[in-house]
Amino acid sequence: MQRSEIHLGLKAHLYHLSNLFLPLSVLVLLIVINLIKGADYFSFTMVKGAFYGNIPNILFGASELVILSIGMTLVTAASRGQDIGIGEAATISSAVFVWFVLNAGEVTLLTIVAAFLLSCVVGLVIGVFNGTLVSIFRVQPMVATLILFMGGRSIAFMIDGKLSPILANDISNQIGTVIPGVPIQTPIILTVVFIAIVAVVLKTTNLRLYVESVGINPNAARLMGINPKKIIFLTFLIMGICTAVAGFIAVNKAGRHDSVNLLKFIMMDAILAVAIGGNSLRGGKFSITGSIIGAYTIEILNRTMLRLEIETETIKAFKAVFIIILMVVGSPVVRVFAGKVINRVRTGRFRSVLKRSAPKSVKEE
Amino acid sequence: MESLNATKPKTRLSNSNILFLIAAVIFVLMYLLAIISFPGSFLQFQTFFDLFNLNAPLIIMTLGLCVVMIVGGIDISIGALCGLVTMACAMLLESQMGSIWGALLLALGIGIAFGLLHGYLIAYLEIQPFIITLAGLFLAQGLLTTLHKDPINVTMPAFVALRDFKIIIPWLGTQNRLGVFIPCQIKPGVIVVVVLVVFFAALMKWSRFGRNVYAVGGNIQSARMLGINVKRTIFFSYVICGLTAGIAGFVFIMTTGAGNIGNGALFEIKAIASNVIGGILLNGGVGNLLGAPIGTLTLLVINELIRAAGVQSNFQAMVSGLLLYLFIVLQSIVMSLRGGRKFRIALPPWLRLPWLKGKKKADY
Repeated sequence: MQRSEIHLGLKAHLYHLSNLFLPLSVLVLLIVINLIKGADYFSFTMVKGAFYGNIPNILFGASELVILSIGMTLVTAASRGQDIGIGEAATISSAVFVWFVLNAGEVTLLTIVAAFLLSCVVGLVIGVFNGTLVSIFRVQPMVATLILFMGGRSIAFMIDGKLSPILANDISNQIGTVIPGVPIQTPIILTVVFIAIVAVVLKTTNLRLYVESVGINPNAARLMGINPKKIIFLTFLIMGICTAVAGFIAVNKAGRHDSVNLLKFIMMDAILAVAIGGNSLRGGKFSITGSIIGAYTIEILNRTMLRLEIETETIKAFKAVFIIILMVVGSPVVRVFAGKVINRVRTGRFRSVLKRSAPKSVKEE
Repeated sequence: MESLNATKPKTRLSNSNILFLIAAVIFVLMYLLAIISFPGSFLQFQTFFDLFNLNAPLIIMTLGLCVVMIVGGIDISIGALCGLVTMACAMLLESQMGSIWGALLLALGIGIAFGLLHGYLIAYLEIQPFIITLAGLFLAQGLLTTLHKDPINVTMPAFVALRDFKIIIPWLGTQNRLGVFIPCQIKPGVIVVVVLVVFFAALMKWSRFGRNVYAVGGNIQSARMLGINVKRTIFFSYVICGLTAGIAGFVFIMTTGAGNIGNGALFEIKAIASNVIGGILLNGGVGNLLGAPIGTLTLLVINELIRAAGVQSNFQAMVSGLLLYLFIVLQSIVMSLRGGRKFRIALPPWLRLPWLKGKKKADY
């Protein structure tokens, strides 16, 4: 008995790994392409006590996308739909952040923290707005967030009062680039901290179990005593926090609040990251690790194409071809086919090896 | 016998029809509001025709998207596809061997090619439609910028004649301030719209394909049990969507006469919004095809109203977002008031109105 249990545990672990196999192999493939182009891919330089180079730049550039894709994973898993207004939500919350900082007079660390908390509150309000529509009024998520997608940037412009107010102070600059004495760029640190918080929350609470059960079957979850509305609402609140953090990082990176172009069309990349990470866009089981790897993959892909000196006009077409190939390789039909082929090879050539090592319980199944 | 006839229950409206009815009523109300607030402009027939003249491509696109949405999928590549078609047609018409028929064939060919690609990948390889059509969006945009970056104005004489061709309705029109009678004008694109709306409405209502689309969108499992070829239905719905995007691109260049990178940008979002207003649900299986043009017209009238009311251009988007919000909530409330189990609003207990509760009890 015990033996079979151990085996099942191993099997589940392997299953988890096989879901991450695709994004990881793509990541490796991209890195290999980059290394073929030039062997100096991993090299980095120290400028004024901080690391710069390809890898730090990728981590730096993808920070907002990673944070947003975490929120998108949860929303997708619970509500079986996608939030397409995240870029706009981030623009609004960062507009409030900029408004507070510019009107606070002298900028100290306390001002920045207060402004950040205020923008988190705004993010929560946006989350409440979307969450109410989705969970109480039962509007499909994509339609509910379409409202913010249409009107969000004008709201941000209204808060700004003018086109792109400039955020010129030392602390913002340090948050956007490097704090003196720390060798790693600050957005990377913030992203790591955020990922750590999410990991702790998922480890210590029942959130994962509840979100997955609601996503797989809301009615069954309700019969089991989970309130699907509350869970969906909660995921939208988490999404609100994610957008606030992403907006905070983006606006500090840019040094100005450009309400028209800030994080424009990032929802496409975020949804793509969720899909590349092996998550179903129809809800259910999810893997945050996969989404994070997916987000970094997209950033590496973008930078690889620049590195290969593909003309800027054709970049999008190449990206599309890459996505299509990736999705075809990862599609269920191809996976089943590959599984069959692998099985045939195993049973044909390695039968004797398997017979010796496989425990009996597997055969009974 | 007579009593039996008298007690015969009225057939309940289906969800598709009630949503369509709401959309139609809203459209009429919106237009009446527009007429009341701006009688000078909205009372003219030409204003009504201009809605079609200027937005024919969008309406054509929503028809194809409607089929895909009823089958339970989504296609976000149509706007970029439309832009790609306009640019390709403009380049062909400006080249040596350009002809109008060649451009038309090119437009249809590009549309069908994208439709086949999407349909095959989504139906037969079971990949998520959002991602595949997102890739289609990137591909179309990339090809568009690769083809040509600067706007092309088509100068071919035959095409310019087609672009400027207008159908004049001599018995309908208005008199301007000088007392000169100006008849109404219709562009040929409008006729394409009317023909396609009739064709698609008939297709969805009476053909086997249309009924299969509703069955697959409603419940894919039971559709399979009924012996419907699910994969082929999904495949052809995407092909149709690509085809309509191609036609829309041709109508677009027929109206404006220029290929430009910005052509058709964000049309996919507008098309999804208008389909939602028209009562076609993203989950699939519900929706009346006539809701697509009605929803588009409602969205356009709203935009025209906002523009006529002199709202500052920066806030136009906000107002239209707000109206969309009101509309979605209204739809949800009407559906819940019907008392159907499927669409009841999930209000927390302390928010429920007592009279509503009583009514629901009486219903069951």
